[in-house]
Amino acid sequence: MDMSALTSRKFVVSGLLILILFAFLVTLPLSFPGYTIVLFSTIFMYVILTLGWVMFSGPTGYISLATAAFFGVGVYTSAIIGIALPLPLVIAIGGAASFCLALLVGALTLRLRGTYFIMFTFGLVELILHFVLWWEVTITGTTGRMVPTVGNTTVYYLMLILFVFLLLTAYLIKRSRRGLALQSIGEYEDAAAHTGVNVTMVKVTTFAISAFFMGAAGAIMATRWTYIDPKIAFNPLLSFMPVVMAIFGGMGQLYGPVIGAALLTYLEQFLITRFPYYYMLIFGIIMLVVILYLPEGLAGLIQKLWQRTFGRKHEVT
Amino acid sequence: MKLLEGTGVTKHFGGLAAVSKVDFHVEQGEALGLIGPNGAGKTTLFNVISAALPLKSGQIRFKGRNITGLKPHQICRLGVARTFQSVKIFNHMPVLANVILGSYYGTSSRMSSADAAREAAALVDFVGLSALQALPAKDLTLANQKRLEVARALATKPELLMLDELMAGLTHTEVGEAMELVTRIRERGITIIMIEHVMTAIMSVCERIMVLHHGAKIAEGTPKQIATSKEVIEVYLGE
Amino acid sequence: MIKILDIVIAGLLMGGIYALVAVGLSLQYGVARVLNVAHGEFIMLGAFITWSLYTLAGINPLVSLVICGPTVFIIGFILYRTVFTRLRTMSASPAAFEGNSMLACFSLLFIIQNVAILIWGAELKGYSYLPFAVNIAGAKFAANRLVTLGFALAIGVIFYLFLARTRLGKAIRAAAQDAGTAGLVGVNINHVLALCFGFGALMAGLAGTLLSMSYEIQPAMGLEYTVIALVVIVLGGLGSIPGSFIGGFILGLVGSIVIYIEPGLALVAYYVIFIVLLLVKPQGILGK
Repeated sequence: MDMSALTSRKFVVSGLLILILFAFLVTLPLSFPGYTIVLFSTIFMYVILTLGWVMFSGPTGYISLATAAFFGVGVYTSAIIGIALPLPLVIAIGGAASFCLALLVGALTLRLRGTYFIMFTFGLVELILHFVLWWEVTITGTTGRMVPTVGNTTVYYLMLILFVFLLLTAYLIKRSRRGLALQSIGEYEDAAAHTGVNVTMVKVTTFAISAFFMGAAGAIMATRWTYIDPKIAFNPLLSFMPVVMAIFGGMGQLYGPVIGAALLTYLEQFLITRFPYYYMLIFGIIMLVVILYLPEGLAGLIQKLWQRTFGRKHEVT
Repeated sequence: MKLLEGTGVTKHFGGLAAVSKVDFHVEQGEALGLIGPNGAGKTTLFNVISAALPLKSGQIRFKGRNITGLKPHQICRLGVARTFQSVKIFNHMPVLANVILGSYYGTSSRMSSADAAREAAALVDFVGLSALQALPAKDLTLANQKRLEVARALATKPELLMLDELMAGLTHTEVGEAMELVTRIRERGITIIMIEHVMTAIMSVCERIMVLHHGAKIAEGTPKQIATSKEVIEVYLGE
Repeated sequence: MIKILDIVIAGLLMGGIYALVAVGLSLQYGVARVLNVAHGEFIMLGAFITWSLYTLAGINPLVSLVICGPTVFIIGFILYRTVFTRLRTMSASPAAFEGNSMLACFSLLFIIQNVAILIWGAELKGYSYLPFAVNIAGAKFAANRLVTLGFALAIGVIFYLFLARTRLGKAIRAAAQDAGTAGLVGVNINHVLALCFGFGALMAGLAGTLLSMSYEIQPAMGLEYTVIALVVIVLGGLGSIPGSFIGGFILGLVGSIVIYIEPGLALVAYYVIFIVLLLVKPQGILGK
């Protein structure tokens, strides 16, 4: 089968799908009820967290469990300065604050072995939670905070815009020399360094970029929740879910995390309303099953099906 | 002129001296062989030069400039490249991409994507892998993977190339091809240090040979001198 | 002077628990190479099983040690033989195994916690055991906490003897040094690694039992201890079991001092120590 025909067919099909999808998403608030708009905002949240997570942890193999920390920083930014400043600025600052935190965390731990990084990010959420709790109780004298609201439709469109930005960023990084560098770091970090890649710099900056989007998402979602406290903002589940969604959806392609997050968010919302005492259990089981039996995720499965239907693997000469 | 120079280079692992007060130098344009029994400290010396590991004491100078304490990517950009004993190519990336990474990052000046692609393709051709350039690196034979690693190293435009057991695991024919590749690399003006156990290759390619044993330099000289040196023969026969 | 003694002993009391928990995690990570982020959940299980036995059957918590320990050990052992052994064969490299097994533990964290909520509910629970105060050189300490310290030390000593004197203990030490070579010299490595993971869980279970004597418990209690255990094993040196034991006591002392100055900031202080360690001496006190 002719390779160029195969890739251009793939291109046309993906292009069409993306266009249809965006037409649908942009016009959604006009044709669907409030409940659906809110659901999709939540889906966008998880998609952004998952795609952001995959952007760094996917190619490099450095598993970050700090997602909830970055998201929470954005939430708190909204709560603290949301009254004083216009929302777009608040979102940018929320993202920037997470960006800076990630730079700090990355600079500290990314120059050491991956194990230290995982440990550090795992504890980071607990740490920040306890610290903010202590601060709010001891110094500012509050437990929770109120966040100024904006309409559900506004939240929806803000999340959609953030999602588009993230998708573009992830796509550009993946296709660029930085994307290649990230992959090489994931394969043999020392060989990458010996090929001239400043591995610490690449890791830290990419980590920070992904954190920016997580923080920005947090700043937006805070306006939907209206009341936040440390346990809501720095919820370890928000570090966990993106990882399940990424593994479930598959990390090889960009659409894997998106599909994984969309499907599992829908499942989560369904479970929270019907079986609220079971959803941690079910998601835990899903993740375990996927790790053990479906390591390439849905996207891996789709890739295999595509190859079986449309063409053979490249013959080895 | 002395391209690479090391004085008193020492590296310990715990209590053990893997490299012990080694003085060495490499002249520009020459091929220096580095031999010694297993565990002599040859790869450790490479690791210390390329900054894969920090050294305990001593100094290393490249083109007169002290490079001790620099990071691997900095040393690479200055013009020192290496291959690894266990081939460390990027398995899930295509052959061309492996090499292009070197073109993108291996030099201090930034190259455009088009130029990088062109140079990488030329290097892939230089090592004889043009037909396989779209294959993922893990699908290559060992000999071809070693070629790929060399091409990737060359993409960083080195003046000094350190080859760590290039011939290990190769068949007789492949060894001949590897030797021919090394000659062609030298024709480009690149200085070479090679660690080898395949004696025929070292003896015919290198002008000078250095022998390490238990971390210390025990002999240095022309292939003929080394081949007839009593100390060297004892060290190898005693193993 | 009394204040200092107060702080030191309080620190040792906390440190005993930290030491037990950290040794458990050190066995799991240092030997079996599983970064068990669900370690705290085994502590929680130990605590809740003890609570159930005490409130439903009136069984003395110290007796429960003998029940909880093996129970949690068996759970850990089975988990290793099923989940982690499969991951070991599946994973392309040791680094991949570490990542995959950590993620598997992450799933277990949520599964075990949810199961606990389903069985016992999400609210705080507690029971009263040896709550009276004991007078030591003028300072007062709860008897249950002193008993906890005693048992923690006893368990530590027994385990040390086990590692040093028995064949299985030597096999474990060999596997800790170099699992591959240990396998070559005849150690049934799969078996030993599973046992280590089980022992690690056992330590956690015992710590949970001891904890339940002095503190109230709830299903979400484990995470904090996991984080503390992580800090301790880095402090003690990754791969060093004695290091984790000592590190636990050191951290307990630090925590006690911090709590005296500003309660609520203990975990923050541990983290600062973690950061300083990473910056200055990532190998920790006794690490390789």
